Amino acid sequence: MSQTLLDKVWAAHAVRTLPNGSTQLLIGTHLIHEVTSPQAFGMLGDLGLKVLYPSRTFATVDHIVPTDERQEPFSDTLADAMIKALRKNCDDHGIKFFDLPSGQQGIVHIVGPEQGITQPGTTIACGDSHTSTHGAFGAIAFGIGTSQVRDVLATQTMAIRKPKVRRINVNGKLSPGVYAKDVILHIIRKLGVNGGLGYAYEYGGTTFDAFTQEERMTVCNMSIEGGARVGYVNPDNTTFEYLQGRNYAPKGADWDAAVARWKATASDPDAVYDDIVTYDAADIAPTVTWGINPGQAIFINENVPLASDVPEKDRATAEEAFIHMQLTAGKPIKGTKVQVAFLGSCTNGRLSDLQEVARYIKGRKVSSSVKAIVVPGSQSVASLAESMGLAEIYRNAGFEWRGAGCSMCLGMNPDKLVGDQLCASSSNRNFKGRQGSPTGRTVLMSPLMVAAAAITGEISDAREIFDIK
Amino acid sequence: MALEKITQTSGRGVYVPGDDLDTDRVIPARFMKCITFDGLGEFAFFDARAAAKGEGKTHPLDDARFTGASILFSGSNFGCGSSREHAPQALYRFGIRAVIAESFAEIFFGNSITLGMPCAVMSGQDIRAVAQIIESAPEVLITLDLLEGKLSIADMDFPATLPAHAQEALVTGKWDAIADLLEGIEDVRTCAAKLPYMAA
Repeated sequence: MSQTLLDKVWAAHAVRTLPNGSTQLLIGTHLIHEVTSPQAFGMLGDLGLKVLYPSRTFATVDHIVPTDERQEPFSDTLADAMIKALRKNCDDHGIKFFDLPSGQQGIVHIVGPEQGITQPGTTIACGDSHTSTHGAFGAIAFGIGTSQVRDVLATQTMAIRKPKVRRINVNGKLSPGVYAKDVILHIIRKLGVNGGLGYAYEYGGTTFDAFTQEERMTVCNMSIEGGARVGYVNPDNTTFEYLQGRNYAPKGADWDAAVARWKATASDPDAVYDDIVTYDAADIAPTVTWGINPGQAIFINENVPLASDVPEKDRATAEEAFIHMQLTAGKPIKGTKVQVAFLGSCTNGRLSDLQEVARYIKGRKVSSSVKAIVVPGSQSVASLAESMGLAEIYRNAGFEWRGAGCSMCLGMNPDKLVGDQLCASSSNRNFKGRQGSPTGRTVLMSPLMVAAAAITGEISDAREIFDIK
Repeated sequence: MALEKITQTSGRGVYVPGDDLDTDRVIPARFMKCITFDGLGEFAFFDARAAAKGEGKTHPLDDARFTGASILFSGSNFGCGSSREHAPQALYRFGIRAVIAESFAEIFFGNSITLGMPCAVMSGQDIRAVAQIIESAPEVLITLDLLEGKLSIADMDFPATLPAHAQEALVTGKWDAIADLLEGIEDVRTCAAKLPYMAA
């Protein structure tokens, strides 16, 4: 008793303590993609090692796939070499690959959950920092480097220290037009981009209880932007209902046994935390970033801060941000011209994101000065959305409807900003150069705020544009 | 697998100021289109260096006075963002053998140790003091002593520390965990057999 979910999952997966005090932690589920795995397979070969549990690694291709011209060979020969290397590595080692022709390819953090691979009480690792997404199911999920991908392939374990746990409560009902994305941007703004260093974030409270599984994923996804390598929500009926019937979810009697086990992995009511913070959902408004890290955020109706408003230690970064973003300190961000609108990513590229925006954009038109793209997070999301008529709604409104992938979140594929274009983006990082142009500018926001910016051609309050009260 | 015991590293220093220097800054994502880490060195801080050039300035990593420097100094939360090992790999292949900062993002830190590239923490005040010395005397030799937990420059010593587990891993030549992990394989199988989802 008195244990957190992290305590319980850690205890069940701790193989042994290593000589330097780290835990050799069993990683039950390993997800790989084309960017951070080829070198790991190379190292494996150099050491003459095999994959220990090939059935516990799952692969997909996401970062480098073009979202428009998807026929192979890709015109980018480097990207083409990467997908072929992954295909060969999966073939050679007997690893399941959700490949482009499978109809199930997509962003790794969308594919794992929708296939039912992501399950409560498990440990998950992937060579991608947004692996924290899977914590939404009550899994302990780590982003890892390539050498650790090698470690997990060869031993199904990695060496790691147990993090502390900070409980983050958000209570109450979000105002209309305020979304899970605003919640996590608010949390990062409050706790800072390095506030989570050494911590796992456990999210809870009545706001999280009421969230759908996909909303929980949006929040957990950005834990790493607050410095927390791990973020999770305790599993509950919302989680179980989401998983039931999915391809890799347990079936029949196994299902009932699994649900009983999963319920028991949730943190005990008297669990002890290293830190607790609490926020009121009613205090959160639609949030946008004004700077070059996700903690530099304000409510849409606030002004860009003055350098003197910023704590002294953050001032140099703020000054750098004002220059890069071409924003004026002390002035509203609302009304800033936007050239690109990007709806997608592992943060906000799920069916519910596309459905929510589609409700509002019927009969509206993207501004002639904006290039707007919608990138479903997976082929499954795309085909569901298409069968529901969403693609048509987006196309009619002037959005380009694309194929599944990471797209403009990170500039590793043809979708990139050009020059100093400003992008209203539903993605997770506003780092300099993140969207493929060194001088490109990113403003992070919720999907509906992206749609509002696309329609007006400037950063706008979606509540005003769509008459949300 | 016998690895080198990394008890100290010496070289000249270079100061890249700034807090929250993220991994997209260390190596922009577009340069990760590769299937080996070879040749990543030239992309270290690529955009920041190009931007400086565009403004008629010189980025510290392109400043002839600091050519060949192997100890990189920076601000707080160094290496935040992506889990890409490409970031420490790019620095290492550029010639960096140790990074000194006020604090490090967790995944970057772990990735660096696994490469045998120590990441030591110093106070902001001490880092700025060292930066001034480097600026006025770029040729001065700096030594990071992991056993003593100190950085020595021009007759001065500053505390420079790593968490105990990382320090021990480096000085005992066990900074790459794979050998230890492989020794535990039988225990791994035992642990996995108890987990229903591993058996399925």
